[in-house]
This record gives sequence, structure tokens and C-alpha cells, in this order.
Amino acid sequence: MIETLNKNTKTTCYHCGDFCAEETLVLNDKTFCCNGCKNVFMLLSENNLTSYYSIEKNPGKSLKQSIGNKYAYLDDTNIQSKLISYIDHKVARLQFQIPNIHCSSCIYLLENLYKINNAVVGVRVNFLKKTANIVYDVNKMSLRQLVELLASIGYEPSFTMNDINQEKPKNINRKLLFQIGVAGFCFGNIMMISFPEYFGLDNTTRHYLSSAFGYINLALSIPVFFYSGQDYLISAYKGLRKKLITIDVPLALGLVVLFVRNFYEILTRTGLGYCDTLAGLVFFLLIGKWFQQKTYDSLSFERDYKSYFPISVIKINADNQTTTVAIDKLKIGDRILIRNNEIIPADSILLKGKANIDFSFVSGEKEPIAKELGEIIFAGGKQTNGNIELEVKKLTEQSYLTQLWNNDIFAKDNASKVETFQTKVSKYFTVALLAIAISSAIYWAVYDSSKIIGAFTAVLIIACPCALALSSPFALGNAMRNLGRKKFYLKSANVVENIANMDTIVFDKTGTITQSNESQIEFIGNPLTQLQKELIFSVTQNSIHPLSKQIAQHLNISSAIILNSFDEITGKGIKANVGGNDVEVGSAKFLNILENESNALNTRIYIKINRENVGCFVIKHAYRTGLKQVINQLATQFKLHLLSGDNEQEKTFLQTVFPTSSELLFKQNPADKLMYINTLQGNQQKVIMVGDGLNDAGALKTANVGISLSEDTSSFSPSSDVIMDAANFELLPKYLQYCKNTMKVIYVSFCLSLLYNIIGLSYAVSGTLSPVIAAILMPISSVTVIGFTSISTYLLARKMK
Amino acid sequence: MKIMFILIGSSFVLAIGFLIAFIWMVKNGQIDDDYTPSVRMLFDDGTVKKQDEEKV
Repeated sequence: MIETLNKNTKTTCYHCGDFCAEETLVLNDKTFCCNGCKNVFMLLSENNLTSYYSIEKNPGKSLKQSIGNKYAYLDDTNIQSKLISYIDHKVARLQFQIPNIHCSSCIYLLENLYKINNAVVGVRVNFLKKTANIVYDVNKMSLRQLVELLASIGYEPSFTMNDINQEKPKNINRKLLFQIGVAGFCFGNIMMISFPEYFGLDNTTRHYLSSAFGYINLALSIPVFFYSGQDYLISAYKGLRKKLITIDVPLALGLVVLFVRNFYEILTRTGLGYCDTLAGLVFFLLIGKWFQQKTYDSLSFERDYKSYFPISVIKINADNQTTTVAIDKLKIGDRILIRNNEIIPADSILLKGKANIDFSFVSGEKEPIAKELGEIIFAGGKQTNGNIELEVKKLTEQSYLTQLWNNDIFAKDNASKVETFQTKVSKYFTVALLAIAISSAIYWAVYDSSKIIGAFTAVLIIACPCALALSSPFALGNAMRNLGRKKFYLKSANVVENIANMDTIVFDKTGTITQSNESQIEFIGNPLTQLQKELIFSVTQNSIHPLSKQIAQHLNISSAIILNSFDEITGKGIKANVGGNDVEVGSAKFLNILENESNALNTRIYIKINRENVGCFVIKHAYRTGLKQVINQLATQFKLHLLSGDNEQEKTFLQTVFPTSSELLFKQNPADKLMYINTLQGNQQKVIMVGDGLNDAGALKTANVGISLSEDTSSFSPSSDVIMDAANFELLPKYLQYCKNTMKVIYVSFCLSLLYNIIGLSYAVSGTLSPVIAAILMPISSVTVIGFTSISTYLLARKMK
Repeated sequence: MKIMFILIGSSFVLAIGFLIAFIWMVKNGQIDDDYTPSVRMLFDDGTVKKQDEEKV
């Protein structure tokens, strides 16, 4: 039933949708790219779960990696107790973070897990958070078996040091929703009761109902004021104690005046009160607050190195037995075993094996570095060449890399880096408001003293900046959602405003403007014979030029032929004689070859053997597509800088990409990058840092806005304000422009709300503000502002393509 | 006109009922995840299973 097809036919895997490159397995007329995928299919079809495939096309993820002993550490009761949230003698419950949850089929399969293994009692998936809550029977299955089951069907939970070290996040704060509920309830009922008054009642009914309605309204406005509106009052009070005038001050002032005047008017039967205005105001304000609070649950903006490291490592005991220990239990002097593709958890010395460590995420160097026995290997690197044995020299939290997090910048909470437009405006607004209120009081004191209180309070009520307070939350909240749809995820809506104020952009190189997968080498020309390969290898191997090294590495030959002569002309090429053959390696100019196509993004190295042109190696710089356009567009508005942890090898190329005014710095360690941003900020520059790796973590945190690029948004990214899908790098200038445009929308809507205030004030100062007018103006101005900001931010987002 | 008070009273009872329902719903976590349930309700075990059995 199962056969292997020729690999030439381009078939896709029924399970994961990948092209079947190495082999193609067939089962039931369906093709699979590997045994892993096929096994999942078989497992699912045995358990009648094949509707997994009918909900979405090719919903699986490729399963080319084997599990092996990877989860042995989950047998450790200590780790178990930290992961499991509830356990009794029958069942245990815990929550997994599963990055692979990506479509409806995933929900289907995970929630039907009990059909595959009856030890699973129940699964509840939260798609947006990419979590699964699982209850399982502890007598039938261990935690490790459960995780292995998940991994075997392609839903490997991710565990990091963070999961066991940090407390689980607190319950979601639902207070705001309760406040909205209460405010909405009271607002609706007050409106209903106030309406008859507004339309006019005849005298007999008024006698009956009016006072009763007034008391009901008052009763309803009490929870609105003390419960729903409390945050505004508290925050205004706190602000004033710190001598800060925020938008909450005029708001709270308006609320208090409304509340007191309602009581006065209704209890003394001198008027109807403005209960509906009060309730409506609070209700709209809370809606705005809720709208601004959008968060991306599946993304984490606050990750530090703890979520980068695995939670455990294999330790080799004195008797050469291996056990799994949690990383925070590692001691200096412990021997540990690191397998291929595992991360080195602590600074340690190489004892055994061939170490070839990829530090690209940690330091920005793109080439893996070979280490000799006895050499020290810094934590954070990834082993890429088989198993190695290490001796721990420093604990994880004290290692070279993680020391960066001891910097003060990670300790302080620099949430409000810039004064927002709203705060700036509200200062002047409050002052002007009080000036108008007082001067109208003085005016009436002279002409008609009965109207003093009335006019004074009416000014504070009508000018209560509801529409102003709503314009920012709605514009920013909308902008954040629109950017999120284009895979530019903001930590909070205020980041939009921060971005709009920036004037400098600092880029990281490796992984940010280059693609993280290694640069590719391709040979153009007739395929090389084994002899030719050996000749070229022997020559390039002897050169210290990085390009030669890359070619030598690409050819990957074990034996070199002894050279008769070797002559390297720096910056041009090599002439050598190898076993009687003349070999020339170098640029087209050096070898007198006419280049027919030139491409700035590629470097070509030509080869001549015995004076005959055999072809050339094309080394593609793995720069992101559209890099040049992005830089050109950004250069018109921003000062650009480049900080690279890599060597200067590509400096000449990068100079052609970046404008001449930009600073290009190489061999920067993580602390250098942090300091550099600090220096720029010292020069009053407002800096956006665009980076990707752990080595940028300090710089991302220090910068006014940190944007971290991520190939896969569910994988690790250092703490930052923005997480951006690397595939959309080309859109970066448009994202930034969109943030600036959003601020313009806020300015316009601010003018709109001022207009309404002026209309209202003209009634208020003349002492003729009736509750009806207040009840009409307040919602109308709010609705106009909300409508205007929503529509214009939407239209602007449509331009962003 | 006394009928008005009865009407208003009963409308309040109704509205308070809705408010309690809302608070209960929020407390229960029903609005924490506003996406997954919308997908979950479309999974229909019985019928899909039959089709699959025919296919396999």
C-alpha cells in the first residue's frame, strides 16, 4: 500500500502542505512528505478524526523532527508541580502554550484528543491565546506521555524557563466590563425615565411623576458616579497630588459638578438635574477605555531571556548516568549534554565533541563558530553539529548574555516616555475652562446674582471634555487594530502616538535587514567535476578572506591538495598552482571576464582553471526584499543608523544601500548597542530600534520605541513595543506613516470636539443651559468624534498596501 | 397614573435581570475568548464521521 515515488513530481503533503522534497509516501491516494505526517494521518483515520482535513486544507505542521528523550524532564515531580495547576488522585489539569495552533482544524483535533487516547478527559482550546486547557487521568497517563502525544500529532507545547519560574499571570481584570455594564444599565434607565419630562407633561401628571422620577434618577446616578466613574475621580486626584493635570482632571471636575448639582436641583425641586448626561458621559468614556485596551493575547511583549532558554537540560552524573535537571538547578561544575539544535543554557567549557555554535540570535554574527576543546562557550548559542559535553562555569542568570538584563533599563518601568498629545492639551484646556467658568460667574455676580452658581456649574458640565477624551482612545485603538490586521502588532494603543513622534531609526543587521537563514551560495556554469571541486577547495581553504571561506565551506570536501604556489592580491583575488593546475579565483575584473549581468545584491566570484573560465559562485546576500526602497523611503523622514554584531565584511555593500549621512557600526556587542541608543537619546533624538535577537534586547528596551522583527510571531522575540512580521518588512515605512496620519486624525477630531464645546459654552455662560440641550449635545459630540475617527483611520488604513 | 409606577417597577425588575445576567456572563469567562466558540459550534461529530467511514 505504501510506496515511494520519484522525487521529481512536485507533490504536496496531504497533512502539512509542504512540497514532498526528499521522499513521497502514499497512503489511501494521499501523499505525505515524511513518516511523521503519514503517522498522524493514520492515527487520525483510525480514530475517525479525518474531518480534521475537511475543515481546512493541509492543516498539519511538518513532523520531521523526532521526539526521542526530549521530554524526559517532565517526569521530574518538581517541574510537574510547577506546570500543573490542579491535581487530585484522579485527574490533573494544566494549561499548555501551543504555538502551532493556527487554524480551525487545530481546535477540532485538540478538542477531540480524548478519541485518540482515553486517558485525556477533556481539552479546551483558546484559539486567540494559542493555549489548550487539558484535563487528564493521572492513573492512566503521565504528564510526559501527554506531552509526547501532543507532540506526535504536531502540537508540541512550548515550555520555557519562564513557565516554571514566574507566577502564572493574574486573572484577567474584568472590572472595566462590570463598570460598563452598570453604567449602561443606569444610562438606559435614566434616559427612559427622563424622556417624558423632555417631551412635556401636563400639570397633573407632572405633579404625580416628576418628583418620583427625579428620585429614581438620583438613585441610579449613585452607582454610576461611585462605581463606574471611580477610576476617573481617583486618577484625577492622584494626578493633582503629583501636580499633573491630565485629561482626567476636567473630566472628574465635570462629573463632580454634575453629581452635586443633580442632588441639589432634585432635592430642592428647583430643576430636573442632568442625571442622563452624567450617566451617558461615564458610559461613553468607559466604552472608549475598553476600546483602547485591545491586546494581542497570543503575543508576548515582555519576554526576557528566561523565555528563550529551555526549562531543563541533560546532566551527566559522576557515574556517567544521565538525568534531566531544571536549568535553575544547575550548579557550577556540572557536566551537561547538549544535543544538536539545542541551546547552551549557561556559560561553560567544551569537554567533548565538535562544537559549532550558531550565535546569530545572540550576537548577530551570522556564521556558526567552531570551538575547540577547553574553550569557553557563552550561553544562548545553538549547537549545530552533533552532541557535545560541557562543564558549567557560570549560572544562567550570571552568564555573559543574561548579564545584559541586570542593566537598570530592565528594572525601571518606563511606560510613559513621552508626554501624550492629550496630556499636553488638557493642561491648557483645564486652565481655559476654569477661566471661562470663573469669568462667567463674575459677570453674573455683577448683573444677576441668581445665575452665578447656575452659569458656573453649567460651564463645567458642558465643557466636560468627553469628546476630547474619546478622540484619542478611538483613533489609537482603531489604528492599532488596523495595523494588527497587517501583522504589525502593538503592545498598546499609545505606541501609535510614540511612533508618530520619532525622528531616528536604528537597525540591527543580522536577522533584521537580512533574512535569518544563512546566505546562499550557488554555482553557475557547467557542473564541477570532483577534481575541479578539490582544486577550488584547496585554494579557497588557504585564504582568510570571508568569501573564500564561504566557498570552501560550501564545497565541503575533506581532503585538500598541496599547493605549489599561492598568491593572494588583497581585495581582488587569488592565483595559485595546485598540483600542476593553474587556478584563479576572484572578481570578473581580476580575471578579465566580461560580466553580462550585474546585480548589486549578489557577489560573484569567478573561477578559472588552466586559463579557462569554468563559471562563478554567486553569493546571495540574504537581504530582505525591498530593503533599498525601504531605506530610501525612510531616509526622507528619519535619520538612519545601523548597528551590527557582525564583522565589517558587508560594509561596502551596505554603504550603497544606506544614505551617506547614516552611521554604520560593526562588531557591536549587546551592551554597545544599548549605550549607542542612550547616546542618541542624550542628543535629544527620539529613537526607534528595529531588531530581532537577544542581542538587541537592551537596545529595544532603551529605545523610545522598540520594534522586534519576527519570522514567526509565535516564537521568541525580545521584549519590545511592537512585534512585526518579518515578511512584511517592505511595509515598514507605510506603517510608520500610518501612525503619523493617525495623529493628524486626532488633531482634527480635537478641533471638532472644541467646536461642540464652544456651542455648548454659549448656552452655559448665558445661564440658559437646559438639561435637554446637555442631554443632546453630549452624545452627539461623542458620536461625531467616534464616527469621524473610526472612518478616517479605516480609510487611511486602506491606503496602506 | 398609578399604573405608571407598576410599569416602571416591572421594567426595572426586567432590566436588573439583564444586568445580573451580564455580570454573571462576564464572571463566567464567557467573553474572554470570543473566537474559539464560534468555530467549535460548527464541528458536528455525527455526520462528518459517517462521510469519513465511506471514504476510508
